[in-house]
Formats: sequence, C-alpha cells, structure tokens
Amino acid sequence: MASLRVITPGMLTTIQDRGRWGWQDRGVPVAGPMDSYSHRLANMLVGNEADAAALEVTLVGPEVEFDDERIAAVTGADFDLIVDGRSKPVNAPFAVAGGSVLRFGTRRRGARAYLALAGGIAVPPVLESRSTHLPSAMGGFEGRSLQAGDRLPLGKWDRTSFPVHAQAEKTPDLSFWLPDGRATVRILPGPQLYRFADDGLDILQSAPFVVDAASNRMGFRLRGPALRHAGDAEMLSDATPLGALQVPAAGQPILLMADRQTTGGYPSIATVISADIGLAGQLAPGDSISFVVSTLREAIAALAAQEQALMAFEAGAR
Amino acid sequence: MNTFQIVAAGDAALVVEFADRIDPVINGTAIALAAAIQAAALRGVRDVVPTYRSVAVYFDPLRTDLDELRARVERGASTARPVETDRIEPIRVPVCYEGDFAPDLADVAAFAGVSDAEAVRLHTSRVYRVFMLGFVAGFAYMGTVDERIAAPRLAAPSVRVPVGSVGIAGVQTGIYPVSTPGGWRIIGRTPLKPFDLTRDEPVLFKPGDAVQFYAIDPGEYARLESTC
Repeated sequence: MASLRVITPGMLTTIQDRGRWGWQDRGVPVAGPMDSYSHRLANMLVGNEADAAALEVTLVGPEVEFDDERIAAVTGADFDLIVDGRSKPVNAPFAVAGGSVLRFGTRRRGARAYLALAGGIAVPPVLESRSTHLPSAMGGFEGRSLQAGDRLPLGKWDRTSFPVHAQAEKTPDLSFWLPDGRATVRILPGPQLYRFADDGLDILQSAPFVVDAASNRMGFRLRGPALRHAGDAEMLSDATPLGALQVPAAGQPILLMADRQTTGGYPSIATVISADIGLAGQLAPGDSISFVVSTLREAIAALAAQEQALMAFEAGAR
Repeated sequence: MNTFQIVAAGDAALVVEFADRIDPVINGTAIALAAAIQAAALRGVRDVVPTYRSVAVYFDPLRTDLDELRARVERGASTARPVETDRIEPIRVPVCYEGDFAPDLADVAAFAGVSDAEAVRLHTSRVYRVFMLGFVAGFAYMGTVDERIAAPRLAAPSVRVPVGSVGIAGVQTGIYPVSTPGGWRIIGRTPLKPFDLTRDEPVLFKPGDAVQFYAIDPGEYARLESTC
C-alpha cells in the first residue's frame, strides 16, 4: 500500500475526517477538523469525498515524503509550501512524484492548515471514523499526533477520473478570510442564556477576549470581561455543541471546539454559528476573538453561501 | 402531556429540556424521546443525545427541514413515555471494594457514619439506572445511591484515576472507562471494561440500562481480569 512518511511532524499534526458522529449518546466525542470548511475544500481540490481523512497541521507544519505519484492540496492557514525545493501555492492542487518531499515553511496567517491527498489517508476507522481524538487517544494514527518516522497508509486514487490538477490556474480563491491575530465571530444566544444575568450578551459583545495559552483542540479558554450567572454556575450535565461558550463559575468562557466532551456541567451563554466555527479554528493562543449576536436566518445564509462557493468551484472543476 | 421547552443551541442543534432534576421518570421520558427521534431517521440529523433531563438533536442545517424537525421533536416531547424499567434485567458488575482499589472508601463510610462493610452493602443494595453517558467515551452516570453514602466530589481532583475505578459523586455513581484525572470518590474497582474497542459492542452501557454492583475479593478480581 502506498504511504506517506513523516520526516518531521510539525507542532501538532493529526489525521481528521469529518468526525465521529453518531456515538455521542455513548459518550464518544466527535473530534474532526477545527476548520471544517478548509478541510472540505482540501478534499475537494484533490478529488476526494468530503469525509476523506486529511492531515490537520497546527502552527508549525511537517515535512513529509511520498512513495508514489499523488495529487496533494493544502488549504486553511497560509503557509509557504516547498516540494523538492520548488514553491507551491496553497488552495490549489499540485502533483507530487514518488520520492517527493513536501515541506511546510513559514506561516503567515491562520493557525491550522489541511493537507489532503488524492485517495485519502487510509488508517483503519474506529467507530466509523478516522478522526484523531487526542484526549482519549482514539482514531487517527495510534490515537496520537504524528511523530517522525510514522508511515501513513494512503488510499487508492484514480488519475483518469481526475481533472482538477490540470486546472490549477482556474482555482478561485476560496480560502477563508484568515484571521490576522483577531477575529469576529457571530453567535446565537443559548442554549442556557437564561442561566445568566440580564447583561450577559452585552458583556460578551463589549470587548474582545484573548485566547489563553491553555487552549487546545478541546476548547479555547478565553480571557476578557467576566460574565455573571443568574444563579448556580453548575447545572446537571447537558449536551455540549461545537462552538458553545461554556461559562464556569469564574465567569471566563470556554469556546468548545472539535475535541470537546459530549456533555458538560456548566451552562453555555451562546453558540458560535456553524459558518464561523472555522474562522475561530484559525485562531492561536494570544489571538483575540470578538463576538457579535446574529440571527438564525443570517447564520443559515452564511453557511449556504459557503456551500454554494464550494459547489460552484466543484462544478467548474469537473 | 409532558412539560418541556425547546431551546436552540446554535444553528446546528436543538435541546429539549424537561424538568431540571435527577428523576428516573424525567430521564426515562428524555431517553424515550431520543429513541423516537433516532427511529424517525429524519434527513440531516447527525446525533441524538439524551442526558439527565434533556435531549440534544444535532443536525446539518443545510440538509434539514428545521420546521419539520421542530414539529416532530415537539410532538415527540409532549407524548414521550418512559419505558418500564422494572423488568429490565440488570447488568451485574463485579467490584472489589478492598485495599488500593478503594482509596476513598473509608471517607465515604465516615461521611455515612457507618463501617466500610456497611458502605459497601449500601452501594451494592440498589439497582441503579444509567441516566446518561458523557465525560469520556463509555462513562455512564448512574444513580441514585443511598443518601447516606452520597458523599460530595473530592475538593481537589485526583491526577489519575485508574481504569475500572468505581466512584461516587453525590447521588451519582459511575465507572471510569479509561485512566483519567477525576474528582469522584473511589470506593472500588471492576475488572469489567465499560469501553473496549476490541468488543463487538464497544460501549457496555447505554442510557436507560439497569446496573447492580456486587462485591468480589481480590482473588476473584484477578481471575476475572484475566478473562475479561
């Protein structure tokens, strides 16, 4: 089987498909990409299904060697890409040969990039998903982030059914607006807004929050104006959606991200809209995040616009 | 008719909230609703998660008819009835309540004002209900334990609770499926694995299950551990 060899792993590189959905009632976390949009675009650029497994790269990218001819693409964070000494663009597919080495260089904007390869990464699925869940060491490559010397099995790909790589110059810039140290994301109130003092949403929107160093794929600890609960800061454990702003007693919110637990005992004042989760996922510790209340209509419209951009690109490429 | 409210949790999840307490009937209603939504197999629905007193429905906003989903959920929530649990055969869980397996047993017994043996008897005398799973894969929140042994969480969580540890946190009891930091008071350990990916059914418990613990000695623990 073809494989990808890890020469240097980068800071935190994991295998992610769209996540381990369908098992949350058994306490199994979803995991999946921090920026689903970029993940999906990467797969699309190399002709994969949307749920194919790709690499999520964090802040410092890896160096990898291919052992066969492949189409590859990198989306999300804006990195210099070097293949056998030649520079390659992000957000566009490129071919690599057997023995080619791809190196991630300087990062300019964004925190997480996605490297997709035609055929996908073919590690064995765990509970129907190849996503790595780091806290429980589940899925991906031995349940962990990549290390030097790892050999990742790659799936089959069919070059005859593959028109995209020839059209690299036609690739529109579908990249997210990447945050440059700060981002504003839209939120919808709740699910437990009623457990907060009346000024909760005003305080949440009053100033930017800083992404604390103690942040990871489970969640971002945020530092900013304190939120106040209307009563008890703890509640019976309830479900914890992606993007929820969970607030423990001290009043500093935690933005729940891909590796979050399935349930939690702190109320959530608001939830980031699906279309903006990927933007949040491009933030790094030290960056700032601002919140602005949106509407369900606006949230769905924003998501539909992203979807249409992807569909239009896919239609144009095929 | 059940009393409930439906709250949005962002644009990709709804949460149906029933009365805010730990109660087998309320929880049974939530589990029944979750099962009904699962069975309806509505387009776009990705995950349905019952908790103590709520049901979260996760969906893909672009592939879901939200009005239809809401209507379905509302109908289901008003009519859901708990499954009769009296006749459910309990899953029997062997626990060694001795020595290093039970670092907090003496504290729980002291909390109750009883002997260690009596605390164990109290813990094994009831059939518990699995209210929900969460925290980590396969962790079942069970209860309710006798009020006398309902000791609060540790003031400072343990850095590492070994896999199989059986703990108490207030009226809740549960088994750690993996080694993890944790704040429950550990009164014993089971050789059973609540989460085991090598099994056909990787997760031992599901919401609504009945569970009864029984005491084993270290010899039996070792024997069972080698066969589990």
